[in-house]
Amino acid sequence: MSAPATATTVSTVAELRAVRRRRQTLVVSGMVLVVLVAGTVALLIGAAGLTPGQAIGGVLGLGDKGDVFVVQKLRLPRIEAAVVIGAAFGLAGALFQSTLRNPLASPDILGISTGASLGAVLGVLVLGLSGVALSGMAFTGAAVVALAIWLLAWRRGLHSIRFVLVGVGFAYLGSSLIAWALARAQEHEAAAVLTWTVGSISDVRGEQLTLVAVGTLVLSAAVAVVSRTQGPLALGDDNARALGVHVDAARVGTLLLAVALVALATSASGPIAFVALVAPAIARRLVNDGGAALVASAVTGAALTLVADVVAQHGLLGVAAPVGVVTGLVGAPYLLWLLATNEKRSR
Amino acid sequence: MTNLRAEGVSLGYDGLKVIEGLDLTLPDGKITAVVGPNACGKSTLLRGLARLHPLDGGRITLGGTDITAMPRKELARKVGMLPQSSVAPDGVRVAELVSRGRYPHQGWFGRHSSDDDAVVTTALESTGVAELADRPVAELSGGQRQRVWIAMVLAQQTDIVLLDEPTTFLDVRHQLDLLDLLTELNRNQGTTVAMVLHELNLAARYADHLVVMSAGRIVAEGEPSDVLTREVVDEAFGLRAQVVPDPVAGSPLVVPVGRFHSK
Repeated sequence: MSAPATATTVSTVAELRAVRRRRQTLVVSGMVLVVLVAGTVALLIGAAGLTPGQAIGGVLGLGDKGDVFVVQKLRLPRIEAAVVIGAAFGLAGALFQSTLRNPLASPDILGISTGASLGAVLGVLVLGLSGVALSGMAFTGAAVVALAIWLLAWRRGLHSIRFVLVGVGFAYLGSSLIAWALARAQEHEAAAVLTWTVGSISDVRGEQLTLVAVGTLVLSAAVAVVSRTQGPLALGDDNARALGVHVDAARVGTLLLAVALVALATSASGPIAFVALVAPAIARRLVNDGGAALVASAVTGAALTLVADVVAQHGLLGVAAPVGVVTGLVGAPYLLWLLATNEKRSR
Repeated sequence: MTNLRAEGVSLGYDGLKVIEGLDLTLPDGKITAVVGPNACGKSTLLRGLARLHPLDGGRITLGGTDITAMPRKELARKVGMLPQSSVAPDGVRVAELVSRGRYPHQGWFGRHSSDDDAVVTTALESTGVAELADRPVAELSGGQRQRVWIAMVLAQQTDIVLLDEPTTFLDVRHQLDLLDLLTELNRNQGTTVAMVLHELNLAARYADHLVVMSAGRIVAEGEPSDVLTREVVDEAFGLRAQVVPDPVAGSPLVVPVGRFHSK
């Protein structure tokens, strides 16, 4: 029985690994295609309808000045914002769910997005911040909530149900505080209300967009470094330790990166409902290999947010609504379905 | 000299002492079985030996070196451990799960190499699950699933393998299959095996070295035929029993005496 592995089965194992990679690539490419199609639609339609030729000219900075303005100042930034912010939420959700081993443990359910919003609201209304400092406040808010959940829910090991329940409590607390802060806000700041309660990407551009894009890229690179521990961690704490993973360090490191991603995205757009919950679930179901599907989750988040924004902006609901309204309308039934069918997982 | 030893080890949960000042050496190249009543600390001891549970006192050494002084990955290349009732993630397939045993052998950005594939294949074949390589783990029977987990530990290529109640939830035929598999592993590759078992008579038959625990201490240890006496069974389990030779293996067979049905 200890005979050397036969050549045929070695190639079988290698082949299975290749099949698995191909499937991941297929899912990622499919979602990229969705992004490209939705992005093209978003470029062409709107108050000023453009022909494909005008749009290409606009992207390249050629042709009619008005078209160039519409494309480069209005439409492209919005598409980019949807893609970057959606990817950040999708990746963060996948990290939370795989690290806490619970499909419900996404930052929006856990109140971490709410914490980020609250931090940003206080940053805007009380301290008058913007840019990096505002993202810093959002991160502080998210990190405080994450830390509080950790302290209250951690009992010699991971009990993810407790995490979710404590997190839901914080989500409500955060929402109340946001409502209170907004109620005290000046009239002219009331426009901010929508952003910090439902999430909107219509005003994300310029410096802020660059900040979110660069930040998301840097954090994603860091995620690539820690992501190798996700495979063993998915087998449970004991198995991961037996395989040589520093479980607590890996988990804290991963959650910090996920919190940072949520904070960065939320400080720009507010909490876009359910993207972090739904995108990884869709990605995992499509990839279906027992892995965390991190890349697929990020791309799915981007696709989901962009499609939702196109739908929201172009009035399938009768009016131009913020993107969070659409993701909420799609995400809430999904959450109910998830609760009703409850994925079979331990603890 | 790769002996795994517990030296004056104390272990507990939240200030509750489970084990205090325990000494144990796992004999190299042998099969050790740890038995004892529920909550006697046998699983806790095994978890301590694998560094899954922090010690309250004493130390665990491997070849004379304190295991807490070793990087975790290095320890994971020398000591493998299958914890109790492991649950596979949704959707994971057999070959992929077994591949995760290669983690301690891979670097930061380590991708699977053809060497890894060969090791995984050998692990699949020696546990008899090679034909299942493409199947989702969740669809397998209990016996098959346990073999897959053991294949994962084998893919870790360690000289010492610890198993916490590997036969729980298996019917008697699959219990024997599994213990035969571990015996093969021990005999063919010289792997040191230590496991917590519930079934006394199977432990006595399959172990070279039997450790009987009760209330956090070792009541007796040694060759099963020396250790498993009527007195030891009574002391450890509070159980009246007759001990007769196992007609198949010659090892001690514990026949319990209850309040009814005695001749």
